[in-house]
Amino acid sequence: MDIGFVPILTIFVLAVFVGFEVITKVPPILHTPLMSGSNAISGITLVGAIASVGAGSGVAAAVLGFVSLVFASTNVVGGFLGTHRMLKKFRKRD
Amino acid sequence: MSFDWVNLAYLIAIVLFILGLRGLAHPRSAVRGNVMGALGMLVAVVVTLADQEVLPIGLLAGGIGIGAVLGVGLALSIKMTAMPQLVGLFNGFGGGASVLVAGLAILEIAGVIGTAPGEPDLQLSIAAVASGLIGTVTFFGSLVAFGKLQGIVTEKPVRYFGEQVVKIVIGAAAVSAAVMVVLDPAAYEMFWALVGISAVLGILLVVPIGGADMPIVIALLNSYSGLAAAATGFVLSNTILIVAGSLVGASGIILTRIMCVAMNRSLSNVLFGGVGGEAAGDGEDDVYAGKIRSTSAEEVAMILKSAHRVVFVPGYGMAVARAQTPVRMLTEAMESDGLEVEFGIHPVAGRMPGHMNVLLAEEDISYDKLREMDDINPTFPNTDVTIVLGANDVVNPRARENDSPIAGMPIMDTDKSRTVVVIKRSLSPGFAGIANPLFARDNTLMLFGDGKKAMEELVSAYHEA
Repeated sequence: MDIGFVPILTIFVLAVFVGFEVITKVPPILHTPLMSGSNAISGITLVGAIASVGAGSGVAAAVLGFVSLVFASTNVVGGFLGTHRMLKKFRKRD
Repeated sequence: MSFDWVNLAYLIAIVLFILGLRGLAHPRSAVRGNVMGALGMLVAVVVTLADQEVLPIGLLAGGIGIGAVLGVGLALSIKMTAMPQLVGLFNGFGGGASVLVAGLAILEIAGVIGTAPGEPDLQLSIAAVASGLIGTVTFFGSLVAFGKLQGIVTEKPVRYFGEQVVKIVIGAAAVSAAVMVVLDPAAYEMFWALVGISAVLGILLVVPIGGADMPIVIALLNSYSGLAAAATGFVLSNTILIVAGSLVGASGIILTRIMCVAMNRSLSNVLFGGVGGEAAGDGEDDVYAGKIRSTSAEEVAMILKSAHRVVFVPGYGMAVARAQTPVRMLTEAMESDGLEVEFGIHPVAGRMPGHMNVLLAEEDISYDKLREMDDINPTFPNTDVTIVLGANDVVNPRARENDSPIAGMPIMDTDKSRTVVVIKRSLSPGFAGIANPLFARDNTLMLFGDGKKAMEELVSAYHEA
């Protein structure tokens, strides 16, 4: 599917603004989980890797696609799970 | 034209990502936020899989399977003290994956893979080189950062003659390679040359940076991994990559800025200048001579017994010594005696943003006791005892003087409390390499020793006092 360049740029710029708005509200106490959690989201490249693996053919494509799948899915799974482990530890005691 | 289910599902995933990040605004909602983010990712992945005309099952199952096992293994086995390394490593993986996906697109354009050469397209090639450059720098820079935090590579700033020139030359080479790929995307070899040059650049950029500046580097690499994903999104004209990538990019940039402000340094100073290394030689003898009062665990325990309010100021030294557990034990003992105990956390304490909070949270210390610098500073005059544990530069009053190397850096005003107990191995300077007049003040007591051992002695002395 082809979207034009300008609409896609619009989406990009708007997303940066949303990012700034949302992230500014995260308190310093949660900065480590924020990094780890946002890092997991940057593993979204996994979606790109899946699409690329489906499109190409040949050994080169298979190898590159495979490695990118491993990298991205490690990033996604490890990132969300590590963040979860960390966040579970933030408790309030009375 | 059939209805665009895929992009509708992507929109749902994007909303989940944003709501998830918004959940991180409070510890109460943070766990749910993270789960929402993970759910968004699941939606995006499942829909993408369902959308593929050709599905190389073996490749997909193998790649994702290995990655999932690796991710679960790393995330579950890692100690909380090693979180900075892990996040650094995952940053690198994300960046690396983005480069490879962009590389695949370039190979497709060149007709090396796929059925027919694709249409050369300016948006695609510019985005591909951006992803190649940023993603590779992220990957190799993160590996170096991981090595430094893990102790495989020296944490000291590695500086050499002509360092800036070398970096500029390599950077210029990377940009020229990038321009050549944009002018002729069919010459796909040039793309991999770009990746090679960027790898060298990534290593050279991080190697000179010292351990105490790691929070800034990790935050910046975090931002890069997001930007690389967004660039790959432009390559594939894929909205979810662009949105998710730019959310992460924005997040990393904000954290980088917060860290820089907390050190009163510009980003370029962190990346290219660097504090420390040069011996400041401002006469440690003059500052310390005859003014240091060494104390014992018993004496500190006695002082604590008559205190009403105690504040801990932890630094990276606490993490290194793994002294969190005795800190928690002493906290519980004091609280059961009715003392008010809080923790003052400097924004750059530790090796990544928020590092200290994670370590203390793991010890089940209530998060409302973990106070930010601006929050706790006004309370020091009402604090009977402040215990500085493994922190140095962030409590150095010389930051208030105009002529010191750390001038203008916001610090914890520990010297305003009635008694300051500094737990430290020796009088050796912190990362900035300057003497700390706090140690020589009349109301400061030095408890020399390993952080964990000193804290354990303090716990037993407190129980006996």
